[in-house]
Amino acid sequence: MQPPVSAHGLTARVRTLLGLLALALLVPLAAVAGAAPAAAETLGCQPSPETGCLLGTLRAGETLAEVEISVAGPGGEQTATSGPDGRWSIEVTEEGEYTATIVEDTLPEGVTVEGPVTVNASLGQNNTVLFRLTGESDGSAVGGRSALIIQSAVSGLRLGLLLALAAVGLSLIYGTTGLSSFSHAEQVTLGGIVAFIMVNWWGLPFLAAAVLTVLFCGFTGYFQHAILWKPLRRKGLGLVQLMIVTIGLSLAMQYMFQVLVGAGTVRIIREAPTPISWGPVRLTDQSLWAMGIAIVVLTVVGFALLRTRLGRATRAVSDNPALAEASGIDVDKVVRLVWISATALAGLAGIMLALVLNGVKWDSGMQILLLLFAAVTLGGLGTAFGALAGAIIIGLVVELTPAFGLPGDLKYATALLILILLLMVRPQGLLGKAGRIG
Amino acid sequence: MTNVTENATEPDFQDDGLEADHTEIAEERARRQRRALIATAAVVIGFAVMWIVATTMSGTIPSIFASVLRSAIEPQTAAVAIAVIGLNIHFGFTGLLNIGQAGFMLLGAYGFAIAITRDVPLLFAVLIGLAAASAFALLLGLPTLKLRGDYLAIVTISAAEIIRYVGRLSQLTPVTGGSQGLPGSQYRDPFVNLSFFGDGTTTIGPFSYQNTGVNGWWIRFVAWLLVGICCVLVYFLVRSPWGRLLRGIREDEEAMRSLGKNVFAVKMQALVIGGALGALGGIMYVLPSSVQADSMGRTLTFFIWTALLLGGAATIFGPVLGTILFFSVRILIRGITGAVVPPEILNTQQSDQFSWVVVGVILMLLVIFRPQGILGNKRELQFNA
Repeated sequence: MQPPVSAHGLTARVRTLLGLLALALLVPLAAVAGAAPAAAETLGCQPSPETGCLLGTLRAGETLAEVEISVAGPGGEQTATSGPDGRWSIEVTEEGEYTATIVEDTLPEGVTVEGPVTVNASLGQNNTVLFRLTGESDGSAVGGRSALIIQSAVSGLRLGLLLALAAVGLSLIYGTTGLSSFSHAEQVTLGGIVAFIMVNWWGLPFLAAAVLTVLFCGFTGYFQHAILWKPLRRKGLGLVQLMIVTIGLSLAMQYMFQVLVGAGTVRIIREAPTPISWGPVRLTDQSLWAMGIAIVVLTVVGFALLRTRLGRATRAVSDNPALAEASGIDVDKVVRLVWISATALAGLAGIMLALVLNGVKWDSGMQILLLLFAAVTLGGLGTAFGALAGAIIIGLVVELTPAFGLPGDLKYATALLILILLLMVRPQGLLGKAGRIG
Repeated sequence: MTNVTENATEPDFQDDGLEADHTEIAEERARRQRRALIATAAVVIGFAVMWIVATTMSGTIPSIFASVLRSAIEPQTAAVAIAVIGLNIHFGFTGLLNIGQAGFMLLGAYGFAIAITRDVPLLFAVLIGLAAASAFALLLGLPTLKLRGDYLAIVTISAAEIIRYVGRLSQLTPVTGGSQGLPGSQYRDPFVNLSFFGDGTTTIGPFSYQNTGVNGWWIRFVAWLLVGICCVLVYFLVRSPWGRLLRGIREDEEAMRSLGKNVFAVKMQALVIGGALGALGGIMYVLPSSVQADSMGRTLTFFIWTALLLGGAATIFGPVLGTILFFSVRILIRGITGAVVPPEILNTQQSDQFSWVVVGVILMLLVIFRPQGILGNKRELQFNA
């Protein structure tokens, strides 16, 4: 295991980290503050169980604004105009094949489009329409790339903060028990699904449902620890075997969600959120709330880890369980607490991800599982603050990938590639201690 | 963390001299072989009973049994079995934690299918698929095999996902078919044309397939023949000095190093061979269907792991038995759930989903109560990667 760390080394690391975090928070905010506030614009289409969205981003070198797109299909004919970031979206209420055409007169000089595009639209999801644009715009479009980058950075920060909620727990579990828990992703999904059931089936008000959901998720952590992880640790089951137990649990939970709410996307709150526009940045009020709550909760967790007795005990167990036990720390109690708080945090992340990403699906957690692992590894396996830094970096990378002209489909792949590259040069992660790892 | 499991084995080795140890190990081996024989016989008898019921009676139960038997000999079951044999070399014999076996399969399938669409002869196309997976193994192994085991785990699962994301890129549609994938009709013909089974349909018991066809007897014959060849190959590999080296590395890397063995090179060889077997499995997996990136993602990797643990890691026949049981037992659970539980509680789709829940729970219980699987040796699994 890792050698105990001196108080001095720790505070220095924490200070660097806080600096990094402050930077990550301040840069986009400064950019936002610098931009002039504009009138509130309507936010793009939001898919729901009854409606689907046709959308895309027009780009030929620069993003193309003010271009008209017309779409014809089973739901009739509709038109849309691309925004300053080149994005456009159209809501459809019928499934089927749609033909999308660009009104060529509205394209900037020197840009041509290759014929109409047909797309099979399904309800309850975003259906991306890809136009083949050739030529290069001279960049006179409004907003342009810098606006897109700022918007993406804010979305990235949002994703990063929500990932951090789940990643901190995953990292604490790894730190205190050595277990890479694959079912942590399903704990995230669980939050979204339970909140959906409470709000939509039982008619609870959202806030009450959210609090109950977090409590319930924390209870699942307590329960799992009591009937599964503690007895198995006592039994001396190897870590590889334990990891496979979490894979089995993850599989069982995923399909349990499908049995419960079906294989489609469900939304906790059906009303469209209120969009807020601030310069080039467009966010919903829900996103702002989610980011605020995440920051508050993460601060509380950080404070608890640094300043409270139990937090110190947790870090001690993370550093060296045998030594911690020898110095009178109740390791079992600490591990139980870690399981409870990790699953509760994951549940909270799940509720907010479901709000921000317009719904939750049986495999929503699975989608972000690797991002979580990437965040935890990037920051340094088993270090809670490392997970926080790692999550924010991963969130930014994921959302900024499309803004720098890479295909949007690759945004998760870029994050994983960065993880692999980092492991080659610094296998202990950003904040991990260089120890014996081979 | 390692201390815990090491303690568990200690009583077996303490006190007794070398001789006593030998007889004990011999006895243990005989016991294990007997158990394996009984387990295999039970499975074979079970399938035989199902066969008799399915062919002589009619009704719900016989039709469930017939579909269980059909899923047991599916070419895709054989394909997964080959990938499981590959993973067995990684995990079972060498102790390498590869959680990206589906990525090796996908890469093999892409290499093969894309080569065929570019008019490469069949044999070379297969070699291209295997070479792609081997190169992938080298690439992953170089930075990670010197690190602790969980780094390989993280890197393999991430890299497998990267391949899937790249494969389904819409920009690559002319090459990989994007998210729609490559339909089997584009690359299947050279393989189907090799068939010497002729035309027409043959019925044996509950199985009735075209002799050649897209998904008929020919592909079943070739797929299971390959499974047999792979088993023989692994049998000779692990009994060779090289195979003992693998197990030595799994048990105690430092000891092997102190004997002057190049641990890194041997691990790399194991990673490449297992990955190439994964690619071969991938090629067989897509022949009767299509190359679709999303069908070979994490979920398939998890199934491969379940099958390996079910049958028993570090055994020759365990992967095959595990794969057959994994797919057929799920069909059995689904059929029974569908027949027993009224549709108001669980409809057809939900019965299917419920069968996966049971599979997940079985995986957990299996690892907890019988970590060595059906055929495995508990002592061979007392390691921590």
